[in-house]
Amino acid sequence: MAVNQHKSVAEAHRPFELKAANFTLPILRLFDNNVEAVAARLGAKVEKAPDFFRNTPVVIDLGMLPPGSGAIEFPLLVGLLRGYGMIPFGVRGGDKEQNTAAEALELAILRESYVRRGNGGDESKGGDERETAAEDESRPAASEPAQTAAPPRLSSQGFMLVKRPVRSGQRVYASGGDLTITAPVSSGAELMADGNIHVYGPLRGRALAGMNGNLEACIFCQDLQAELVSIAGHYRVSEHIPIELRGVPVQIFLDQKILRIEKL
Amino acid sequence: MARIIVITSGKGGVGKTTTSAALAMGLAQRGKRTVVIDFDVGLRNLDLIMGCERRVVYDFINVINQEANLNQALIRDKRCDHLYVLPASQTRDKDALTKEGVGRVLDELSQSYDYIVCDSPAGIEHGATMAMYYADDAIVVTNPEVSSVRDSDRMLGILSSRSRRAENNDEPIREYLLLTRYNAERVDVGEMLSVEDVQEILSLTLLGVVPESKAVLTASNNGIPVILDRESDAGQSYADMVSRYLGEEVPHRFIHAEKKGFLSRLFRG
Repeated sequence: MAVNQHKSVAEAHRPFELKAANFTLPILRLFDNNVEAVAARLGAKVEKAPDFFRNTPVVIDLGMLPPGSGAIEFPLLVGLLRGYGMIPFGVRGGDKEQNTAAEALELAILRESYVRRGNGGDESKGGDERETAAEDESRPAASEPAQTAAPPRLSSQGFMLVKRPVRSGQRVYASGGDLTITAPVSSGAELMADGNIHVYGPLRGRALAGMNGNLEACIFCQDLQAELVSIAGHYRVSEHIPIELRGVPVQIFLDQKILRIEKL
Repeated sequence: MARIIVITSGKGGVGKTTTSAALAMGLAQRGKRTVVIDFDVGLRNLDLIMGCERRVVYDFINVINQEANLNQALIRDKRCDHLYVLPASQTRDKDALTKEGVGRVLDELSQSYDYIVCDSPAGIEHGATMAMYYADDAIVVTNPEVSSVRDSDRMLGILSSRSRRAENNDEPIREYLLLTRYNAERVDVGEMLSVEDVQEILSLTLLGVVPESKAVLTASNNGIPVILDRESDAGQSYADMVSRYLGEEVPHRFIHAEKKGFLSRLFRG
């Protein structure tokens, strides 16, 4: 290691170098895909040692889920973990469908052997770990999980415009930009964007802005009837939205990491 | 080229088969060459509603598997020369419907018919997705209650993403709403969603409102499409629906409860 450092000082003009490194990371092993059950248990755990989990990168392990347990509500789960200060950055042991869902949220897919090599070393930020994943030459496909998940309708300017109603069961994800909907969003539909979300019509489904952790992201809608709104993982469900804010134009934003809803 | 219409809903028991039979009969009565196909493989009902259950020899699956040709499987309606029924198989399962097979049969029918009405099974599984895949128009049958409305909404989402038109980036499927089993009295006292409530959630072109009616059950039991019962409110509203589908402007009826007059109140209690 010392030799390496010496070298890098000597070749200081190089802007970066790619190296492999190993980290030990906490793993959240799911036995049940019911996110609410996870939320209850996790809440109790975090309460005991809140500092322990702060800024801790976490890998979500899906290998122990009963086979055929179906889709996991990744947006909710990731929001939950972020809400407790953790940095979920990858999954392992999932099936194809779960991996696709995870990739849509820009979670890295960690291969079993790669994860197992982890041995010693300090905990790191999620970003560093993903760099290592990119270096793993035997797995080029994992190097850019986010790009494969990019929706086709995203324009080059980095925003997405949807003019048709978003129906129950549909998901729209504007990766890397804003999402604008000029039609109703039905209950059971899910809007996700790395940037802001604008809805010119009733918003009855879920809206998750700032998916990549952007605390500045906002949600604007003409008629708030949402089931759930979330910004960078800080969420609120409909029963916690005051009645006077329902059915009116609002903006939703984070103020000191507290989700606020204000009339427009 | 025929226009392919799928009658769909997501939820079961809302009146898809009744609507398919009524629409097909209504189109045929106006001189359009029409064929109605039962996609509910394993739970076929359309032949009963059409009153041709005793004349089924070959079915849709036989045609798909090329065990019979179309002319052998198509049953001509005895009441209307322009109407043919292609029954489902009662003994196979839905996996027998292949995308290629269904496409081939629909292509062949397109040569000689004006309208092909596809009666979709309930649910969003294989049978339902096959029924809608090739559609040009969709009539979403909905009852005025929340679970039916939500299922219809889900179905509309699938229609806009998993059809041939969506995959080829063609003009999207034209979507219409048909409200069935509508009870204006119960709407008035707030026990049922109103037309406006449903329209607000689904935001679709309203093709018709069919009132809850005893005539529907009677007609089904007798194997007569209810549209032939011109005396009944349900029969009349289906006739209106067919007119609207063909582009005529017909005012909506049966949406509001009739005010009971003094005399009828006196005599009926």
